[in-house]
Amino acid sequence: MAVKSVIEAVREAIREEMRRDPTVFVMGEDVGARGGVFLATQGLMEEFGEDRIIDTPLAEASIVGIALGAAFRGQRPLPEIQFSDFVWPSVNQLIGEAARSCYGTNGAVQVPMTVRIPYGGGIRGGLFHSQNVETHFFHTPGLKVVTPSTPYDAKGLLKSAIRDNNPVVFLEHKKTYRLVRGEVPDGEYTLPLGVADIKRPGNTLTIVSYGLTLHYCLEAAQEVAPEGIDAEVIDLRTLTPLDRETILTSVRKTGKLLIAHEDNVTGGIGAEIAALVADQAFEYLDGPIARVCGPDVPTMPFAQTLEDAYIPDPTKIATALRRLAAY
Amino acid sequence: MLDKTALTEMMRRMLRIRHFEEAVINLVERGEIVGAAHSYIGEEAVAVGACMALRDDDWMTGNHRSHGHPIAKGGNVRTAMAELLGKRTGICKGKGGSMHLADFSIGILGESGILGSSIPVAVGAALGSRLQGNDRVAVCFFGDGASNEGAFHESINLAAIWKLPVIFLCENNQYAVTSSFKEMVASDNISDRAAAYSIPGVLVDGQDALAMHEAVTQAVARARSGQGPTLVEGRTYRYYDHSLGLGRIVRDSYRDDDELEQWRQRDPLDIHRAHLIEQNIATPEELDALEAQVKAEIEEAVTFARESPYPDPSEVWEDMFADPIPLE
Ligand SMILES: Cc1ncc(C[n+]2csc(CCOP(=O)(O)OP(=O)(O)O)c2C)c(N)n1
Ligand SMILES: [Mg+2]
Repeated sequence: MAVKSVIEAVREAIREEMRRDPTVFVMGEDVGARGGVFLATQGLMEEFGEDRIIDTPLAEASIVGIALGAAFRGQRPLPEIQFSDFVWPSVNQLIGEAARSCYGTNGAVQVPMTVRIPYGGGIRGGLFHSQNVETHFFHTPGLKVVTPSTPYDAKGLLKSAIRDNNPVVFLEHKKTYRLVRGEVPDGEYTLPLGVADIKRPGNTLTIVSYGLTLHYCLEAAQEVAPEGIDAEVIDLRTLTPLDRETILTSVRKTGKLLIAHEDNVTGGIGAEIAALVADQAFEYLDGPIARVCGPDVPTMPFAQTLEDAYIPDPTKIATALRRLAAY
Repeated sequence: MLDKTALTEMMRRMLRIRHFEEAVINLVERGEIVGAAHSYIGEEAVAVGACMALRDDDWMTGNHRSHGHPIAKGGNVRTAMAELLGKRTGICKGKGGSMHLADFSIGILGESGILGSSIPVAVGAALGSRLQGNDRVAVCFFGDGASNEGAFHESINLAAIWKLPVIFLCENNQYAVTSSFKEMVASDNISDRAAAYSIPGVLVDGQDALAMHEAVTQAVARARSGQGPTLVEGRTYRYYDHSLGLGRIVRDSYRDDDELEQWRQRDPLDIHRAHLIEQNIATPEELDALEAQVKAEIEEAVTFARESPYPDPSEVWEDMFADPIPLE
């Protein structure tokens, strides 16, 4: 075991999968000699050459569209969108094409493509470098959506995503890249898509989260623990497939649910989980389902005070936990 | 031809950009400006030469490298600096930051950090002029990198078939982050692409403000008289790394020091200064005094920005819709 950062874990997963399977290739802006703006592909061009680590012009629509075509022809493309805010030109290819390829061809076509996208805020990226885009893909049947929060999960899930025969949107919270470090086994391992992870077992209430906010939830749980609030913290890890059983089992045990995410509150992942629990665990509930999420504004504003106002941070989560525990 | 006042104003605006950007570097190093900040140093003549060919009521859109454009269009450096510090008094009340100096008071319809997306907006502004029966033109600034986005090609074709009063102004500083345009653009020059849309394309020395001014003046005349768009390519160079803040994770080796040095030899401010002196338009002493004046102006802008308050957290909700609806 060695302690690694999220970005190191991502890079290791890419390297191992490229060694394992010659059909895997990376394409994107500045991914070659520079190794990507976050250095996810640093050193890979030296090992795999320019044919498998391909620098592209600025052309997101074509990056994903070309990857899709290559996937149809038996390659396993791993395109990178430089920041999630720039994914919009490629949404036609992702939502309009990739998501319905298998369905529309009655399974004749498979799309073994994983689109890696650094996303999320809290880094003073302002209006154009902070966005949470997961809900759009979560809402789209036909796409798998992965949102790891730790180096261990990032590596194991990315390896599985690359091996998956469906289009996967792999979202890496860019604030976790260097901030979050953790143990990563030296040997080969993968983690299945669609299985949540209980990051903190507890009995008084259930918190469901993912990505950077998961860490804020753990901090908040720690903060309220001395007050006798023993929160169970579930890391979804993948949004699609959604691990409904883990959520329901926990809520049936604790009777209380709080969902926290950075993406906008309305129509977000939290809304879906609230509906799920209201539908299938209603009689177990002991309090209202609470959400601590990004407000309904287009994306994170730049000013420190406004960014702080946006982010569901440990303080806001702890306040909501106390309110919920009091029921 | 430009008179003494205009030529001096050109110098003033280039100096303003240079000193503004030098102040920004200092503030980034001190941690007072956080996040991405894309320096315009080295490219001043492109925006200033172009904007001096515009009327005050003409429209403009820009991109992530956004400090030079509003200053070149005659914008206020105090509110621009305050925006970079995320202050309440900033152009966008602190919501935008470095990449979004959308100063509507001087015809700037937005500087978008999403590349390519402000190009069709300029075409739309030009369509607005046509529909409203006025002769205001629109200029969009974009880089060599953004010229590979689909939005550019769609927009330039539309503007060409509709003969809209728009000037496509490519600031070709030859790199998009680390990618050389020589590897990313199929033609030798970006201006060559104009041929595909049957409009004029001109390649201009982007270090020479007067050359830029002349090319854009012609493009504007063409646009105002209903003859349609022009693609102008200003060949230039950025002296600093792609971004001063975000993204500056390693120093890049994608371009060599010799290349940078060669471009520095053709500094746009030096070129214009030499011209003013040679043509007896200004003396070195007058130009030094002008520079001192600009420096003081920028220092004052920094002070103003520093002393300005941060937005109140409740402002995160503000300006969501034209007719406010209750949010929470
Ligand atoms: C749609 C989109 N894709 C990618 C990016 C990330 N990005 C920011 S600046 C940049 C390079 C831009 O190059 P160019 O257009 O030449 O402008 P320059 O920075 O050289 O002024 C890239 C790739 C972005 N902002 N928007
Ligand atoms: Mg460029």
